[in-house]
Amino acid sequence: MTALPNANPDAKPRRTWRKNAMMPSVPTIALFILPAFVLYTVFMVYPLVQALIFSTFEFNGLVRGDFVGLQNFQQLFSRYPLNEQLPRAFGHNVAFFLGTMAIQNTAGLLFAVLLHKPRLGKRFFRTVFTMPYLISPIVVGYLWRLMLNPLFGPINNTLKSIGLSDLAKPWLGDPATALPTVILVNAWMWVGFPMLLFGAGLAGIEEDLREAARIDGASNWGIFQHIEFPLLTPVIGIVTVLTFIGNFNAFGVVWSLAGVDGPPAGATDVLGLVFYRTAFDGGSDAFGLASALAVLMFLFIFTVSVGVQTWFRRLEDRMQ
Amino acid sequence: MSTANPSQNRSFHLPRISFASVGSNGMLIIYAIIVLLPLFIVVTNTMRPTREIYRVPVALPASINFDSYVIAWNEADFSTYFMNSLVITLSSVVLGTSVSALAAYILGRYNFPGGRILSSFFVAGLTLPFRLAIVPLFLLLNSLGLIDNRLGLILVYAATGIPFSVFILSSFFRQLPQELTEAARIDGAQEFTIFGRVMLPLVRPALATVAIFQFVPLWNDFFFPLVLLRSTDKWTLPVGMTRFFGEFQTDWSTLFAGLVITTLPLIILFLSATEQIITGLTAGVRK
Repeated sequence: MTALPNANPDAKPRRTWRKNAMMPSVPTIALFILPAFVLYTVFMVYPLVQALIFSTFEFNGLVRGDFVGLQNFQQLFSRYPLNEQLPRAFGHNVAFFLGTMAIQNTAGLLFAVLLHKPRLGKRFFRTVFTMPYLISPIVVGYLWRLMLNPLFGPINNTLKSIGLSDLAKPWLGDPATALPTVILVNAWMWVGFPMLLFGAGLAGIEEDLREAARIDGASNWGIFQHIEFPLLTPVIGIVTVLTFIGNFNAFGVVWSLAGVDGPPAGATDVLGLVFYRTAFDGGSDAFGLASALAVLMFLFIFTVSVGVQTWFRRLEDRMQ
Repeated sequence: MSTANPSQNRSFHLPRISFASVGSNGMLIIYAIIVLLPLFIVVTNTMRPTREIYRVPVALPASINFDSYVIAWNEADFSTYFMNSLVITLSSVVLGTSVSALAAYILGRYNFPGGRILSSFFVAGLTLPFRLAIVPLFLLLNSLGLIDNRLGLILVYAATGIPFSVFILSSFFRQLPQELTEAARIDGAQEFTIFGRVMLPLVRPALATVAIFQFVPLWNDFFFPLVLLRSTDKWTLPVGMTRFFGEFQTDWSTLFAGLVITTLPLIILFLSATEQIITGLTAGVRK
């Protein structure tokens, strides 16, 4: 949820006073750093490294067995039902990502542009649009499951009462509409996030540029198209990468909205659910398989994120 | 930007005065309704009997009563889940923020051999999809006897907050003027005293941001308690919610009350600290 894909605290220029600073002794430095270092290494870094190792071992329940090379990876693509569920879930994640980019992030950009100008109720809209993001994905999922309930849900009841009975469908029960519904509910929750990021990006654009264009007779749309949008390229890059990472980690909202098996008929199944089921509902050798899947997912997410970031950086360089 | 030629767009000049502003205000208002109406339906329906909700889903309650909250709190064990969530989240935030502040202070204030590498090592955690390490983490906690143990979850949660907290806090410590520490040092103060008495109070706004940013995702987290906690008396709100929705599926007013109880602390937090939250969310974009 943090907006820091290129986080690097050393990027800022260092100050000269440091040369004169009295350096604490090595034991003092260690005392300050060790608690965070130990906690972070033991409970975060070490398990991540271990996942890589475990992916090449056979497991029997909780017990690690022999080194089996790439056998776990091969099993992921040959063993039923994984060999069917994995590609399907992957496709759903891709659709989830593309749908979110098209709907949520476009709406986020639109709201950011509308709220960038001084207007009545600016703070109110910004606060309201950001609020759902704070609600637990589990709560959002259950809330919309009740809203969309085919028999008693407020949405279908309202549609029926205003004469739109054709639209009163079991949105989550129909394989054709289930995944789009998940995408929309997820967008309802998250739209404030791209809105804030784009808003911060717009605030960083010098007003002089807009003013100059306006004097040249540019319309609002012209200013957006030729000045603001190109200058937002870095922010678009950040939003794209964060959306990608978020969508490929989707779990709670799909679980509560649809279910752990991605119903109906696997129409909402995503990689996060497949990974959970493989690890904790799989057979006795599940831990090896799940570790292999974790490694593949990690490599995929990491490679694409870095690729997208590099691509956007090149685009930026070309524009300058 | 050499390609931009605004004068070409003269023909697109829209009547700026009313049409566009009515349209954009209309859009903002409609979307505000889309956000607020479901929340309104949830809150009002906690005070309406389920039969009534089935018949007319959107209506004001006939009377103000909190019966459904009492049922959710007592019969559906929300009192237990709520206390677990509170204890686990607060302990994790306090632990994560404390250790991060200590490390960030040294990393932000001093240039020592290996300091840069350490900073990068901590910050690298920001980009890692940590949930994928759940199998080794499960085995690690199992070997420590910390499965189905709230302390195990607290340690994991505190660790996940470290990358963001160290990143934000060290950049704040870096910006503090040197004169302050020199004065204290002349008075013979030890490093820890300088940290605790002089520097820490000065980064209080950053501490608040960092604490809120750990609190929200931890309070909402579903995945780790689902895997790491077994007994229902240790469950947090998001996991308890799954059991609750199975047991009370036909009692809608209680279901809605459960949703409100789970969300209320965050709404209060958000409305009282909107600016910090927005600053934190956009930390990577602002210059």
